[in-house]
Amino acid sequence: MKALWRSLKQSKTGMIGLAIVLVVVVCAIFAYQLAPCDPLQQDLMNKLHDPAWTATGTPEHLLGTDQLGRDVLSRLLVGARITLLVALAGTVVGGVVGVVLGCLAGYYGGWVDAVLMRLVDIQLCFPFTLLALFIAAVLGGSLGNVILIAGITSWVRYARLVRGEILSIKECEYIEAIRAEGGSDARIIFRHILPNVISSVIVIATLEMAKIVLMEASLSFLGYGVPVTIPTWGRMLSEARANMVSNPWQCILPGLCITLTVLGVNLLGDWLRDYLDPKLDV
Amino acid sequence: MAKYLAKRLAQSLIAILGITVVVFVILHLTGDPVELMVSPTTSREQMDILRQEMGFNDPLPQQYLRFLKGAVVGDFGTSYYYNEPAMRVVMERVPATLELAVAALAIAVVLGIPAGVLSAVKRNSLSDGVIRVLALLGQCLPAFWLGIMLIMAFSVNLGWLPTGGNSEGWRSLIMPAFTLGLFSAATICRLLRSNMIEVLGKEYIDVARAKGLRGSVVVMKHAFKNAFSSILTMLGMQFASLLGGSVITETVFAWPGIGRLVIQSIQSSDFAVVECIVFLLAVVFVVINFVVDVLYSVINPRVRLQ
Repeated sequence: MKALWRSLKQSKTGMIGLAIVLVVVVCAIFAYQLAPCDPLQQDLMNKLHDPAWTATGTPEHLLGTDQLGRDVLSRLLVGARITLLVALAGTVVGGVVGVVLGCLAGYYGGWVDAVLMRLVDIQLCFPFTLLALFIAAVLGGSLGNVILIAGITSWVRYARLVRGEILSIKECEYIEAIRAEGGSDARIIFRHILPNVISSVIVIATLEMAKIVLMEASLSFLGYGVPVTIPTWGRMLSEARANMVSNPWQCILPGLCITLTVLGVNLLGDWLRDYLDPKLDV
Repeated sequence: MAKYLAKRLAQSLIAILGITVVVFVILHLTGDPVELMVSPTTSREQMDILRQEMGFNDPLPQQYLRFLKGAVVGDFGTSYYYNEPAMRVVMERVPATLELAVAALAIAVVLGIPAGVLSAVKRNSLSDGVIRVLALLGQCLPAFWLGIMLIMAFSVNLGWLPTGGNSEGWRSLIMPAFTLGLFSAATICRLLRSNMIEVLGKEYIDVARAKGLRGSVVVMKHAFKNAFSSILTMLGMQFASLLGGSVITETVFAWPGIGRLVIQSIQSSDFAVVECIVFLLAVVFVVINFVVDVLYSVINPRVRLQ
């Protein structure tokens, strides 16, 4: 752990990434405590206010109000919570499915490997956004479905990675020795092989998380993300487009939040790759 | 070579068959595709009639075979919204999307390749730092936000370019193509930089320098040529993903291509068109991948032997 921290302290970009991610995490966890107003509270008498530092801004609404008079800062804070929730849960779903299927394909080989790898090939043929949109349109927009879509569209990279690593590890002598001792397949996979691939999985997970943040924002922007009653950065941006000439800040702020979050996660992911697995091809 | 070609062709055909299964399964995920197509006010009787007419009461394998037969000849049924064969509706929009994707790829290549080479050659310099930051930002900017910011800057404030549509020729194309191509430019730049750095560290580069060759000859003739072969595979995939990624860009810029059509079709529950677009794009991806793999095996014969 000390070595990890020392390496992070030496990496400027890693530290910037960590700082951004920490700010988003704190905002997400304490969103309702930090939010100055109810993010759903409409106030049509005070709609479309610019941020407080502009000539038309008011100090009651630090980042202004949207077209229904809802406080933008409060909505951005709650939006961070949704973004983080979808990113974490989507990464876990995609990671678990991908790792398990990758283990099965790599360890057992034969027809299991052939079928799973063809499945991977087929999924890779679908453009990421289009596949997500198609599934979202069919399943309908809900938080659970968006997480599911994030998992469905991201498991492939874990599966390919884990399969590749297992193919080489399973031929090692120590695995042969455990098998000769009568060790079960489950024990070999989970206790002796997985710990060897977990660092690569963590790196992929970090970079996939950045993609999921973008995917969730894209789906929300197109109107197929979580329900309208839940504030998200993508939807805020979509709703603000109608007033982008008179109230440009309504468009600028949610986009900045998305960009900074993706940047933070990517910077952290790049540092993790350099630290854990510099040869990993991502 | 013939054996390799036959193997890749078989893999591609299996992938296309798989694509038909996936598109069919996704559409049946909710159980009843008719519910997706009709308005909430449609009566049970009307839904039953529609289900019967469209063959949704038949067993699933029979429905799949019918779908497969249709897909082979490009028949995805009739679009409810346009009252025309879905394939014809989609084909009318293909040229606009192709134009956008080609322009975006050109921008990606023109920006990404020189930036990647410069960044590798001037490693750890100020220009390398600036290029790396810009490339990273290019991969983090959401396309829809970048598009809106460009519209605000160049259409609303400066009035230089049209806000959307494709009626003003190349002037209409600049912003959508840049928005779509930036991510690819950043990806190409980062990959080329790391490949070039690896190649520039090889002994044959030292030999070339020791022979007294000019720096530009060493970089372009010896290093770039070798670093570029792995970029070729990526360029094919980037083009395919540009076609798919056009959904968001076309929506932001009201570009009349298949990306915008797919959103409009989903909104109007015109699933014959949606199916057709998803299937076509996936098949295009398979075909591009096949062509790129064959090209790559010609450039690098070791691939055929693996």
